[in-house]
Amino acid sequence: MTALEGLFYGLGAAGLLVFLSGTVMVLTWLERKALARIQLRMGPMRVGPHGTLQPIADVAKLMTKEDITPSWADKRVFWLAPAALLMPALLVWVTIPMARDLVLRNLDMGLFYVIAVSVLSVMGLVMAGWGSANKYAMLGGLRAVGALISYEIPFILAVLGVAMLSQSMDITRIVDDQRSIAYIIVQPLGLFLFLVAGLAELGRTPFDIHHAESEVVGGPFVEYSGAHWAAFMLAEYINTFTVAALVVLLFVGGWRWPAMPGDGALHTLLSLIWFLTKTYFVILAIFWIRGTFPRLRIDQLMAFAWKVLVPLAFVNILLTGLVLYYDLGWWVLTILSLLSLAAAFYIIFGRYGSRAERMTVRVYSTRELGLKPAVRPQAAPPPDGSPVQVDKAPAAGA
Amino acid sequence: MMLNLGPQHPSTHGVFRLVLWLDGERIVRAEPHIGYLHRGSEKLCEREDYTQIITLFDRLDYVANLNGELAFCMAAEKLMGLEVPDRAWYVRSILCELNRIASHMLFYGVYGLDTGAMTPILYGFRERERIVLLFEAVTGARMMHNFIRVGGVKQDLPEDFVQRVNKLTDELKRGIEECDQLLTNSELFLARTKGVGSIDGPTARDYGCTGPVLRASGVKEDVRVSEPYGIYDRFEFGIPVGSNGDCWDRYYIRVEEMRQSLSIIEQAVKQMEPGPIQAKVRRIARPPKGEAYVRTESPRGDFAVFLVSDGGDKPYRVKVRAPSFANLQSITHMLRDAYIADAVVILGSIDIILGEVDR
Repeated sequence: MTALEGLFYGLGAAGLLVFLSGTVMVLTWLERKALARIQLRMGPMRVGPHGTLQPIADVAKLMTKEDITPSWADKRVFWLAPAALLMPALLVWVTIPMARDLVLRNLDMGLFYVIAVSVLSVMGLVMAGWGSANKYAMLGGLRAVGALISYEIPFILAVLGVAMLSQSMDITRIVDDQRSIAYIIVQPLGLFLFLVAGLAELGRTPFDIHHAESEVVGGPFVEYSGAHWAAFMLAEYINTFTVAALVVLLFVGGWRWPAMPGDGALHTLLSLIWFLTKTYFVILAIFWIRGTFPRLRIDQLMAFAWKVLVPLAFVNILLTGLVLYYDLGWWVLTILSLLSLAAAFYIIFGRYGSRAERMTVRVYSTRELGLKPAVRPQAAPPPDGSPVQVDKAPAAGA
Repeated sequence: MMLNLGPQHPSTHGVFRLVLWLDGERIVRAEPHIGYLHRGSEKLCEREDYTQIITLFDRLDYVANLNGELAFCMAAEKLMGLEVPDRAWYVRSILCELNRIASHMLFYGVYGLDTGAMTPILYGFRERERIVLLFEAVTGARMMHNFIRVGGVKQDLPEDFVQRVNKLTDELKRGIEECDQLLTNSELFLARTKGVGSIDGPTARDYGCTGPVLRASGVKEDVRVSEPYGIYDRFEFGIPVGSNGDCWDRYYIRVEEMRQSLSIIEQAVKQMEPGPIQAKVRRIARPPKGEAYVRTESPRGDFAVFLVSDGGDKPYRVKVRAPSFANLQSITHMLRDAYIADAVVILGSIDIILGEVDR
């Protein structure tokens, strides 16, 4: 590697870091505003117009806050945990392209790299849970391991389906392969699997069991404050952005679809805008899910991964393989995909029967129950026979 | 592993401590600890006169203040043999039913949080806010009204009350349906609440459960029907009764009760006529020597007051039978073989108010 190349990568990495940090600030603001919209409120309004400067105020506050270490904490593990979570979140972006040429280093096995690195983030959560010397953090860390490892399988299998379609693990080639038809249309089942497993990987509603506020009070992050807590949040939001970006790249045609005019710098700029627009739409969908769903319980979460998503992922691969082997049209896969998705939904939503069947509460009217006449105290002479004394002033309690 | 859930924990609904012995995520044994909010209210009653005690009853069930006030005033009225004017009863009933809706709306919102959904609480609070604003217009306070008096109510309703309450019932009707749609049939909510924390009717009765917790288990028991007080015999309304005794039944009974309360309010507003609002009572009330036990249906269940008077201007003894306290006892039964996440959902479904549990 020449010095020039080194300089290029160094600058690129720095630029990426700045870009991602900026994105996280936008995301925090956007999430608060989007949730507020769902929840009949305004969200941040005070700092800057419509609270646009709120993220900056948040960063300033977090950086200047006291950073507390619990006295019982395993100090090294405790301090390393945020880095262990943040590093993979950043490293993934080495090979994620935002436009054809807008990528630090396009790898032939890009998808493989992304999956391999993102798995490492489990370590950070476990370390935080263990190092905090707190039972809630420990429970949260263990929940994170269980959930993340389980959902890794459908996640990888969904990615595999895409790799099969494009016969490549190179993300740029996958995007190019969608020039005529996006994979969301070819493989809707794959998108469903990827998005759901991705949400679980992120630990977002309805899979947010590892930092469930009402149960484990923040889970692994419960003992963190200040800059270290900020590092966790940074990692979480970068991961959210990553999953949304991957959804766009693998299923919605990345920066391509529909094709952008021009060539060179203009083309790259337009591609970037197109890519970011799509990504933010996916992110808004993720926020929307957060605003409307309750949380799953850990056993239900596991059951959903192993009994629903993993079999569906295998079905997805099987169908893709069949269609590719017999060289059928892409629309065959679309239909098969939609059919299996419909079957899965039918099974999931049919569990509690129809609305009438699940209605176990019956309203009995007062007539059915036989309403007796009410008992109301009657005026009775005082027991000792003396007249009840009444004040002359308008009678009131005092 | 032993885990202290509370007293500082966001979903214990106050300062309640639940000690859990865990096997992984499963609860092996659960031990509730109460008393963190004990203020000695019952003892305090013994050195206050009858009008001053009303403020203490505001602070027992601080989500349904008027229902608490009503129970105490009814006990004193029973002792004194007071005939409360009709209009006073209509005012009381309307306000208490509104308070029931406000209380259930709070439950609805908080229950959403317990199951992990963050939006319901804002919808619940929007509806509750409408009611609280009407309370402010009528009683002068959003909470802690100190409005119901021995023998009547503090003052007559404002002139535009009927219009306001009619507008409010229309808004609430829409609000309740919205809330119902947001949470009740959500697939994940069903997964979290159906079949969780089941308790059968006889067991619930043995634990002394009342109100929605008992009715969810299929027992048709509501003080307003089984032992009607005031003017509840003049209304036609429904008592929702569940069959599984699980969290979903307890939740849905409350949603349905809000609808029934609205119907009571509408009937009451139609029947209400002008008239006196206060029976004649001495300025310093001195009930004759004796005892009185009065049951009322508060949003949480059978809220009863046992009042002993020695003929003086202060009661000799006041005992409150708090529904939350009795309902809370059943939690050890419900928590058998539950998960940690269920513990939160089950505790939420009992809908305890610690001010009433600890007194």
